[in-house]
Amino acid sequence: MAQAGDWHPHRYLPMTAAERAEMLRATGRASVEELFTDIPEAVRLRRPLALPPALAEPELLAHLRELAERNAHADRLVCFLGGGAYDHVVPSVVWHLAGRAEFYTAYTPYQAEVMQGELQAGYEYQSMLCALTGMDVANASMYDGASATAEAAVMARDLTRRDEVVVSAAVHPHYRRTLETYVRHLGIGIRTLAHTGGVTDPASVRDAIGAGTAAVVVQSPNVFGCLEDGAALAAAAHDAGALLVVAVTEPLSLGLIEPPGAWGADIVAGEGQPLGNHLSFGGPYLGMLATREAFVRRMPGRLVGATTDREGRRGFVLTLQTREQHIRREKATSNICTNEALNALAAAIYLAALGKSGLRRVAELNARRAHYARTRLAAIPGVRPAFDAPVFNEFTLRLPVPPDTLNARLRDHGILGGLALHRWYPELEDAWLVCVTEARTRAQIDVLVDAVAAGVAA
Amino acid sequence: MKRRADFPLIFEHSVPGRIAVALPEPDVPEVPLEEIVGGGRLRREPAELPEVSELDLVRHYTRLSQRNYAIDVGFYPLGSCTMKYNPKVNEDAARLPGFARLHPNTPPELAQGALELLWRLEAMLCEISGMDAVTFQPSAGAHGEMTGLMLIRAYLDDRGERRTRVIVPDSAHGTNPASAAMCGFEVVTVPSDARGNIDRAALRRVADGSVAALMLTNPNTLGLFEEHVVEVAEIIHGVGGLMYLDGANFNAVLGITRPGDQGFDVMHVNVHKTFSTPHGGGGPGAGPVAVKRALEPYLPAPTVERVGDRFVLQEDRPKSIGRVRAFNGNFGIFVRAYAYLRAYGPLLRQVSEAAVLNANYLLAKLRAHFDVPYDRTCMHEFVLSGRRQKQEHGVRTLDIAKRLLDYGYHAPTIYFPLIVDEAIMIEPAETESRQTLDAFAEALIQVAEECRTDPDLVRGAPHDTVVTRLDEVAAARKPNLRWRPKAEVGSPA
Repeated sequence: MAQAGDWHPHRYLPMTAAERAEMLRATGRASVEELFTDIPEAVRLRRPLALPPALAEPELLAHLRELAERNAHADRLVCFLGGGAYDHVVPSVVWHLAGRAEFYTAYTPYQAEVMQGELQAGYEYQSMLCALTGMDVANASMYDGASATAEAAVMARDLTRRDEVVVSAAVHPHYRRTLETYVRHLGIGIRTLAHTGGVTDPASVRDAIGAGTAAVVVQSPNVFGCLEDGAALAAAAHDAGALLVVAVTEPLSLGLIEPPGAWGADIVAGEGQPLGNHLSFGGPYLGMLATREAFVRRMPGRLVGATTDREGRRGFVLTLQTREQHIRREKATSNICTNEALNALAAAIYLAALGKSGLRRVAELNARRAHYARTRLAAIPGVRPAFDAPVFNEFTLRLPVPPDTLNARLRDHGILGGLALHRWYPELEDAWLVCVTEARTRAQIDVLVDAVAAGVAA
Repeated sequence: MKRRADFPLIFEHSVPGRIAVALPEPDVPEVPLEEIVGGGRLRREPAELPEVSELDLVRHYTRLSQRNYAIDVGFYPLGSCTMKYNPKVNEDAARLPGFARLHPNTPPELAQGALELLWRLEAMLCEISGMDAVTFQPSAGAHGEMTGLMLIRAYLDDRGERRTRVIVPDSAHGTNPASAAMCGFEVVTVPSDARGNIDRAALRRVADGSVAALMLTNPNTLGLFEEHVVEVAEIIHGVGGLMYLDGANFNAVLGITRPGDQGFDVMHVNVHKTFSTPHGGGGPGAGPVAVKRALEPYLPAPTVERVGDRFVLQEDRPKSIGRVRAFNGNFGIFVRAYAYLRAYGPLLRQVSEAAVLNANYLLAKLRAHFDVPYDRTCMHEFVLSGRRQKQEHGVRTLDIAKRLLDYGYHAPTIYFPLIVDEAIMIEPAETESRQTLDAFAEALIQVAEECRTDPDLVRGAPHDTVVTRLDEVAAARKPNLRWRPKAEVGSPA
């Protein structure tokens, strides 16, 4: 136990007892206590912290392994679960590179000349995200898809000077709840638009919006896996002078589907986890944010820009910082400071690993295998698609048994089943959201189909 | 002018037809893609991504990493950022498949180990902070600030109190006023006094029934403990406001004093500072918020709770402010923070003792060479001023910072806090050895000497880095924020 006068060697602390004594002498202090005399005695903690005892490395790892093994992770059960986080193949090369200590033990690149690695990687990430989404500019990342979507709505309010946001009910509920929290005290009202057969109906968008609408927020593929009619939604929003904010929770879909930039989206927000980032029970992930060139000065978050040094060599810096909190304080576009740079780096490495043709091929794999699974599952008596709209790698089925019951049965077959949608949509009590990525083999899909057939018949 | 070639972009390595991954065949019956995703929806132009082999990719990013400064490379005295060593075993822990491969929508009964870890971490954070409950959703310090202020607002609203103002000292991080603005509060700035504490007389003048909260960093951004924190809390509580602690400087006081005992009601913890989780070159961080019991009903849903011998995600929180992000926060970061705390246990107090001793030791070595605007016993960091060097030799703090790069160090934080002219903010952290501190002090003293003997050398710095000083003005004036394929580039930039 650490008493005031004792000093216990620890592997993370280089200071020895002898050095401690010498260093105290050098500062003119007789004891460590003398360093803390500015702290009022009344608020000093005069007892050791009641924490579990220190563990040596082997015990520590054993304890953590024991905790980890009590989780039904995606290497133990075959994962057909999606709903905002996706089990894709993460090539080894991604985290061998992103996991280099020169990247992960760095701070934010405040001294550009010694942080060209981080900054250039950020610039390359921004470039790739623009290519992926079809937008003009992207920032260097946000916290996650939900908070990025919320910030996009705030940005739309600032751009349009209107104060209502219309959000589709087919947007992921975590995103909608985050949006509600973010705008509650900013004088922005939210209206939720019911979905029609699993998609957002452009005609009902036209009916719902008006001269006070800053943005229409949709997601595609949406929470039910359905692809939205983006061009019609963009036209509906624009005709009323509103912006279209598109949330993308599955960016791999953009390898196959026309990107929001091509349909006229004004802001694309979303989740970058599927791009080379681990599931990790929900984080760290990365928020994607991209927009039109004309809107860049209202954009939140860090931006990396190219410039030159005194010899005319290309180099990179954080730029347009007058938007940000450390300069503008309460007038900043957002309070965001730290973002998810390492996860953005992983996303960039992942996208570069796939490249132009690989992105398309992996997206096709998702779509083809999901289509196969959907077709076979829907052929099981009593199982039917919930919605008719086309999908990418996720789809909603209606089941003749409660989804939770089926999921429990699937576990006996080593399967982590789909999402029971009643968790989020109480009226969809028999709806089951299934995700099939490129990581699922045909053999695994066939096992799923057989297990579901048995499970719903039982 | 003859110059070294630009370091290539990944796009400039691209050769059509190359790929760095192996993809399987679909292995399912061939169905036209148009039929699968619907007519007219197929992407017409492929995304302009680079096409490289696996080795191209490895070399590019390895070389980029070599153009980065990092804790594992050298000393990083970046004040306010607590750049301490990031233990390797924590990385191993976060990569265990049971954590890294755990889907966030996994039913809680199948994620008991993960929930237990969060539940245990919450208990430890409460013990260290003197608070009663924690939310794990906020993903960085600023996110925590926003969440904490929303909790305060919800608490006050619930009591029928419409309070509109948040007080922030002039030494505060820029995120404090920005976070207050995001919660719809008006920001009132209060000056610091001659000893570097918040000015109590000025505080009393603005403290009234309209004040929702005071946001304080303690130790503050001058690296000084707020000597009158108890009285400050009494002033704020006396008018019915709440005390918010910006936990950026928590590393100074672990096991020494607890914010909850100082009168704070809400705080965020920067686990990427205090609890050693890597900063990742700008994130991911995590900013869990700890609160006193009275604010617990308002925490974001879900919270982690123990029911009998099971752990659950409690969604049923009628007074909750809602969510501030999807899922369960930056879980992988919490695995690391948990591993760190278990590696220390009650010895955690030594972290702060060493951090504070290191800072005072370094300050003692540098005191004669720079102005020290608030010369008190510092906590884990201290702030020098480069005004002497500016007045006498025309060398700015920015130049001194850049010259330190030539000596192989990362620069301290500069021009912050805003109340110190030509500020140089130095935080050594507890994981640095005396020998490292001695060598750094020698280098900084040498730079101070160069300001006198060869100011142009300092003003022209850095000289030995991969690029020399970069033109930030041009970058902002004509923003170039992305690479474009040649065909898209209109006029030469």
